[in-house]
Amino acid sequence: MPNPPTEDLFATKPGSDFDPLALSALMTRRAHAGWLGMAYEGHGDGWVELSLPWREDLVGVPETGVLASGPIISLMDNATSISVWSMARRFLPHATLDLRVDYVRAAEPGRKVIGRGECYKLTRTIAFVRGIAHDGDPDDPVAHVIGTFMATHGTYL
Amino acid sequence: MNGLELPPYAVALGIGIDHDEDDKPVLFVDFSERILGRPGFIHGGALSGLMEMAGFAGLRAELAQRGEPQRIKPVNVQVEFMRGGTEQRTFAMGHVTRAGRRVALVNIEAWQDDRTKPIALAQMKFLLSPAGE
Repeated sequence: MPNPPTEDLFATKPGSDFDPLALSALMTRRAHAGWLGMAYEGHGDGWVELSLPWREDLVGVPETGVLASGPIISLMDNATSISVWSMARRFLPHATLDLRVDYVRAAEPGRKVIGRGECYKLTRTIAFVRGIAHDGDPDDPVAHVIGTFMATHGTYL
Repeated sequence: MNGLELPPYAVALGIGIDHDEDDKPVLFVDFSERILGRPGFIHGGALSGLMEMAGFAGLRAELAQRGEPQRIKPVNVQVEFMRGGTEQRTFAMGHVTRAGRRVALVNIEAWQDDRTKPIALAQMKFLLSPAGE
């Protein structure tokens, strides 16, 4: 569940296009995403890419230096969340209903992880998302993600 | 990591062991800016991180009790978010549903002030292999 400072976002004029770059900048400068060091990487229609740095205090396996999977879930939660607003072309409050993550392989220690989130279907209340996390080669992901969000105030369509 | 040793990520996030229940660890995390998601609520990723740690810890404890040290590798996780986590202490505990020779399935529950109202459920699948292989 990402952390948009809602007061800023609701200032966006109704009907104006949603800007994933501006929102990512807001979302990643504080709270959980800020602590993780999450950053905006890019976006397109219905997709968003964020990154997560490799950092010693985010390690899950001290013997190998492999990142913990928790930060990768956070990364994918945020990337898929913003992809929903990108698809809806506006911000509206929503909550993550579920996320499933397949850990395809361990991320290489020292490398930043890119999370690409994509919204593939919007209904009035539910957004269906999927995504991958990789550490340099999108064709060789570290994780695959699938999940759903629910609009908590208002509807996506 | 074993049942009682938490990795750097868990320590940095503020995850600790609250107490044991039937010799299985109950983990907790106190609310802080580090786990804040949308205003007033815990980030789903941080909550998932706590639950994964509880899953690892529960499985480690179970395998240790059996005297079967194993190398464990997560295959996947499914998290269901049922209630927003608010600004208070959050607990999580993993229950081993099945641990065979090759695969283990662990259900994890997260709750806050009312244990009968879990805020999230997760299920993790692990691949097991004999330690040393």
